[in-house]
Amino acid sequence: MPAMLIEAFCIAQSPLWMPPDGSLHGLAVDRLMRWNLVAICICFLAAHLWLIVALVCRKRRVEVPDFGPRINTAINKGLQPRDFSQYLRWTLLAALCAMYVWMAVTAQHLWAQSRYAGPSLEAMQVEVVGEQFQWYFRYPGADAAFGSTRPNLVDATAGNPLGIDSHDARGRDDVVSSALVLPAGREIDLRLRSLDVIHGFFVPGMRLKENAVPGLVLHVHFTPTVPGTYPILCSQLCGLGHERMQAVLSVVSPAEFESWLATREHARAEQTAP
Amino acid sequence: MKFFTTQHRALGVLYLLLALAAVAIGTLLSLVMRIHRVWPDTPLPFLGVMKPEDYLALVTMHGTLMIFFVLTIAPQIGFASLVLPEQIGARSMAFPRLNAAAFWIATVALLVLLSASFVPKGAPISGWTSYPPLSAIPAAGPGEGAGMDFWLASIGLFCVSSWLAAVNILATILGERRAGMTWSRLPMTVWAWLVTSILTLLVFAVLLAAIVLLFSDRHFGSSFFVPAGDLINGRIVGRGDGSPLLWLHLFWFFGHPEVYIAVLPGMGLATSLFANFGHRRVPGYRIMAAMLVAIGLLGLVVWGHHMFVSGMNPYAGTAFALTTMAIAVPSTVEVLGWLTMLWGGGLQLKTPMLFALGFLSFFIAGGLTGPILAQPALDAYLHNTFFVVAHFHMVMAMAGCFSIFAGIYYWFPLMTGRLMNETLGKLHFWLSIIGAWGTFFPMHFSGLAGEPRHYERLTGPATSFSGIVANERGITSAALFLAAAQLIFLWNIFASARRGRIAPPNPWQATTLEWSPGDANGRIDRGPYEYEIAVNEMKFFPQWERASKQE
Repeated sequence: MPAMLIEAFCIAQSPLWMPPDGSLHGLAVDRLMRWNLVAICICFLAAHLWLIVALVCRKRRVEVPDFGPRINTAINKGLQPRDFSQYLRWTLLAALCAMYVWMAVTAQHLWAQSRYAGPSLEAMQVEVVGEQFQWYFRYPGADAAFGSTRPNLVDATAGNPLGIDSHDARGRDDVVSSALVLPAGREIDLRLRSLDVIHGFFVPGMRLKENAVPGLVLHVHFTPTVPGTYPILCSQLCGLGHERMQAVLSVVSPAEFESWLATREHARAEQTAP
Repeated sequence: MKFFTTQHRALGVLYLLLALAAVAIGTLLSLVMRIHRVWPDTPLPFLGVMKPEDYLALVTMHGTLMIFFVLTIAPQIGFASLVLPEQIGARSMAFPRLNAAAFWIATVALLVLLSASFVPKGAPISGWTSYPPLSAIPAAGPGEGAGMDFWLASIGLFCVSSWLAAVNILATILGERRAGMTWSRLPMTVWAWLVTSILTLLVFAVLLAAIVLLFSDRHFGSSFFVPAGDLINGRIVGRGDGSPLLWLHLFWFFGHPEVYIAVLPGMGLATSLFANFGHRRVPGYRIMAAMLVAIGLLGLVVWGHHMFVSGMNPYAGTAFALTTMAIAVPSTVEVLGWLTMLWGGGLQLKTPMLFALGFLSFFIAGGLTGPILAQPALDAYLHNTFFVVAHFHMVMAMAGCFSIFAGIYYWFPLMTGRLMNETLGKLHFWLSIIGAWGTFFPMHFSGLAGEPRHYERLTGPATSFSGIVANERGITSAALFLAAAQLIFLWNIFASARRGRIAPPNPWQATTLEWSPGDANGRIDRGPYEYEIAVNEMKFFPQWERASKQE
């Protein structure tokens, strides 16, 4: 019953809550987040209730000589006040420790699912490249392989913002886009890179965040499920244009995606035709 | 008061004045930031319409000032210089001249930091964490040239100063205790300083090394942090094969224990104040002291929780998540200890006690979001959002500041011989706690909505965050209110120092040695918190009185 109330509260979309989830793993993340927030809210309220009651009742002077804290009620008959408060403290501590263990275990379970294992073999590869202050997305083309890149070939005005090496045949069909378009329902394997400084690839609607670090190629995988548009943000301070470094993720139906990609692959083929 | 002094109490006052200057500037900077965030296109008096890099320079300076020059200086070396020797029955710190040297180095460090704002292109924009390559390459942004060099010089000096201060505190605690001042008779503040000084020795050394390496990357052609082929502003600057992640590891090995350096003295002080103003012993003294040590030690092995989404190995993420969750256990023991101390009546709500209670409130509220952020699966959403900003401003900044306020109200008679005005003090407390809750609690919701840190405006090319604008305006109003309330504190300090009520000896009926009326030389044979409540009568046994004479 309380669970249903909480669900009702959270799903009624408040602007002060997480944006609607559009990914497969997001459901579990949201559920975990809700339960965690409820658990800490209860602890928070209980501790502050205790504080307030202690302050309100502070005038009650004690009658019995005693060194420790006491509880002036009848329930402690036969139990020394000190024993009682010790007993209460250890019980509370044990309960809270159990909560921490529960938090650690459930979260690790989710973390292991999304990060320990790699993507399935059918996952679609897309490369995400950050540079000050722009995201680029590269699709590998028909050969399903990314061409090699070299920093000294990077030239955005000449139409080669990622420095794709034209001598590498694998790169001839690579499509570079400034928007990320993905088909709903297919697992995506993102390959994160950065040309210059550390950027943070953050898609709140996909419950996804991983830094793009120069010198490293990092992989994250996820499955978008709900068609729509989702903002892509930069979450790692990267310079004066940090808050402008945004892009749009469009999740579309597989058919729409095929036609979108085919148009671009065609244009790319014409551009690189010998 | 002599300016060039080696007298520990005078130095304590000087350290606190240094922190006061830093906190005043840091607060003003944060107000400009808050106003700019909600009205980014409105010209501000003296500043005009701020550019994005100006906002980031404010962020960097605010963080650096607050963390290093306020939260490291005041609770640790500031208060330790003020009362540590007396609390353990020593005549002075172990190395008085080292103490003075550390103070002047810290002052120079503050001046160097502030002057970074006045060099060409201004202060650095890479935040107090200064992640390379942004901080390693001058071309990566305005302020990353001379401004960044000044920042590095300032923090390098600060490392040396903190190191000297920590050596001094540690030597004093280990070597200068009066006969009979055994480990189980130390006030809880001394236990906290013992732990923070050990942490300082270990972690500031690593930070200093990291700063030297970064400086060398910038000027001597090395490549510790810049990877091969790194391309900044159209020019390839990566010569070797450095790794930005190396900086993150070195920095956060310092950065996380730094949080405990800021907040552990507050925990020790709160324990003392709850005993003093509740007139009761500390239940489970040994456990409470042991838990302070445990928090400090565990604090050394959790730095990776700042790096769950940094590209660190996900298995390492699991390890760091578990060590971080483990810290919740000693912290919970401390909080439950404090809560039981408050139960049962007889509390005296003097101003220092109120601020200690405020510390407890923020420590609980900010501490509880810790286990959430320690879960990598949830941190992968919350990392670098305002949820994190809310978390550390509650558990470190507000808990830290409220404990500093508690200490100043409490020890003011030792600095000036006068008491601070109670009415103004209580007013200051209630306005501050309302303002602080109003400022930092709503930030959790901006963070849940996905708003990242370091954004100078809410509207960007792909998102407007229009839903949180009202929330953000509320935060700015509360921040202005909170800052205005501090004027009462400033007035109270300066007015009470001149015309405040003359403090009677031992005005709070405390038991620890800094309140000893004379220079008693006898052996200590009492614990730090010996209070007894008999029928209609409160008895307390100060540490400077011999147990044998009493009975």
